[in-house]
Amino acid sequence: MKGKTGRPVPGRRTVLRTLALGAAAAALARPALARGGPAGPARVVVVGGGFAGTACARALARSGVAVTLVEPSPVFTACPFSNAVIAGLRGIEGQRFGYDGVRRDGVAVAYRAASRVDAENRRVILDDGSALEYDRLVMAPGIDMRFDALPGYDAAAAEAMPHAWKAGEQTLLLRRKLEAMEDGGVFVMAVPANPYRCPPGPYERASLIAHYLKTRKPRSKLLVLDAKDAFSKQRLFQAAWQALYPGLIEWIPLSEGGKVTEVDPGTGTLVTEFGEHRADVANVIPPQRAGSIAIAAGVADRTGWCPIDPVTFESRLQPNIHVIGDAAIAGGMPKSAFAANAQAKACAAAVETLLRGEAPAPPKLINTCYSLVAPDYGISVAGVYAPAKGLLADVEGAGGVSPAEAPASFRTREAAHAQAWFDTVTAETFG
Amino acid sequence: MRTAIAMGLVLLAGAPAAGAPAPAGAEACTGCHAVRPGQNSAGSIPSLAGRSAGDITSAMLAFRTGKGDPTVMDRIAKGFDEAEIRAIADWIAGQR
Ligand SMILES: Cc1cc2nc3c(=O)[nH]c(=O)nc-3n(C[C@H](O)[C@H](O)[C@H](O)COP(=O)(O)OP(=O)(O)OC[C@H]3O[C@@H](n4cnc5c(N)ncnc54)[C@H](O)[C@@H]3O)c2cc1C
Ligand code: HEC
Repeated sequence: MKGKTGRPVPGRRTVLRTLALGAAAAALARPALARGGPAGPARVVVVGGGFAGTACARALARSGVAVTLVEPSPVFTACPFSNAVIAGLRGIEGQRFGYDGVRRDGVAVAYRAASRVDAENRRVILDDGSALEYDRLVMAPGIDMRFDALPGYDAAAAEAMPHAWKAGEQTLLLRRKLEAMEDGGVFVMAVPANPYRCPPGPYERASLIAHYLKTRKPRSKLLVLDAKDAFSKQRLFQAAWQALYPGLIEWIPLSEGGKVTEVDPGTGTLVTEFGEHRADVANVIPPQRAGSIAIAAGVADRTGWCPIDPVTFESRLQPNIHVIGDAAIAGGMPKSAFAANAQAKACAAAVETLLRGEAPAPPKLINTCYSLVAPDYGISVAGVYAPAKGLLADVEGAGGVSPAEAPASFRTREAAHAQAWFDTVTAETFG
Repeated sequence: MRTAIAMGLVLLAGAPAAGAPAPAGAEACTGCHAVRPGQNSAGSIPSLAGRSAGDITSAMLAFRTGKGDPTVMDRIAKGFDEAEIRAIADWIAGQR
């Protein structure tokens, strides 16, 4: 296969060898933005090939910047629509994407994990010990579970009580457990306090699992134990639950003892502030933080997330390192794939401008999170954001949720738009 | 000087002639809409490829007042003033 420059697109081995040879070889293989110094063309490294990192690397390559994307897995499994996979409405294949498209655009992909960042010398150390030098680094490692935050819950417990909050094996594991549950069983979800990846995600999951239970195992119950008293699109979700799944979903908020304080994977027990619940299947979504590499790089603060400048996405803690996607503290923007994609493109434009020695203009961003409460019933929350007072703040008068009163045809249209958004954004990013 | 560097980059990259840099907000539209001619529009969200700047602007201004039977565009369009809308519309119309 040939790249746009007419040179063969390097395979995995070649890429790694090129990387090992150092940036000089990479610079020859690809046009690069002049940094204007004797040190040669500017180099950008992007860590994390998810929604944020891949879109950013692609946008940078398209504007002529030499960019290397570091991602351990050659196949990315997307979370949006993975709740439909759990509920048996969709196969996992539709969630999987590769990196051929971005490589065709000139992104060098190193299928490695970054294990360390040497910020002082502007180097990323990969898990094979090799190093990548950068002028600017973009970190987009997504989230990691805080296995220290919920007594009893660790990586081993996640086999018995899957979180399914990173798509892939965990998604399939939870689906198998749901399929194996007997009619009349109790499915229990534990939902964390804010902030966490995809604020409406747990309630979309509850809806689609209720849809599965209603159609296949109607004597079963779904219990949602929540560490919050309010949640995203709450009125819309609860109205839909009432209409579509009466009596099936019981939501227990924080003030009624919803917060799970301990789990016992051996007995399938979830302990709350007010008592204990026995689950036939438990889905424990634990508290989260920025991906570990962000902590190692010193770009996360005590909250476990990464403070950034809202114009450039540059870390407030380390110069020349930008953070985008779920790992970042993005003010009013939720941790969503939509937001990650919008941030990625704005960050790429800012990085490219900074490399030219100019000052980036303030961006404007959009987020829209669609949720399915049934296969043909979609709802959404939207927002528009701009930098204000050092944060990405909601633009007043814009955004909001789908109307409370709307004909069924409106919900059907939004369900179709949800699918269209997913297809468009994944094609733009990986296609 | 800047133009010279930019042109050089485009030539070197062999990329399709990139238009002007995207105005604020424009690249968030492309998460949902196809904007480049030839780019497939996925399903129910209309493609904006090949639309004139005038069409896009008038649709956006109508959405701001709730017209045009929107599901989501009213909520989005209200976040942009008329000058921003015109700049975005020009950029989309200029995509090749
Ligand atoms: C069930 C569920 C449903 C969702 N539904 C929606 C939805 O409908 N709409 C929506 O907008 N969002 C949705 N989301 C949220 C969305 O998935 C995330 O917000 C999005 O994936 C964030 O993108 P990211 O690039 O920050 O992280 P990710 O997409 O997770 O990508 C991070 C990448 O970094 C890589 N990485 C991590 N550490 C390293 C390292 N050390 N070195 C190299 N690479 C590394 C990982 O392998 C991964 O590929 C949903 C999430 C869940 C869990
Ligand atoms: C969340 C997805 C989403 C985003 C983001 C989005 N749109 Fe839309 N757009 C839609 C949908 C869906 C429609 C159909 C009307 C509706 O349901 O609101 C639409 C319709 C339109 C139309 C009318 C097209 C026609 O054929 O009638 C225009 C113009 C438009 N959008 C422009 C924009 C611009 C400009 C932006 C960025 C500022 C944008 N859109 C961002 C989803 C989106």
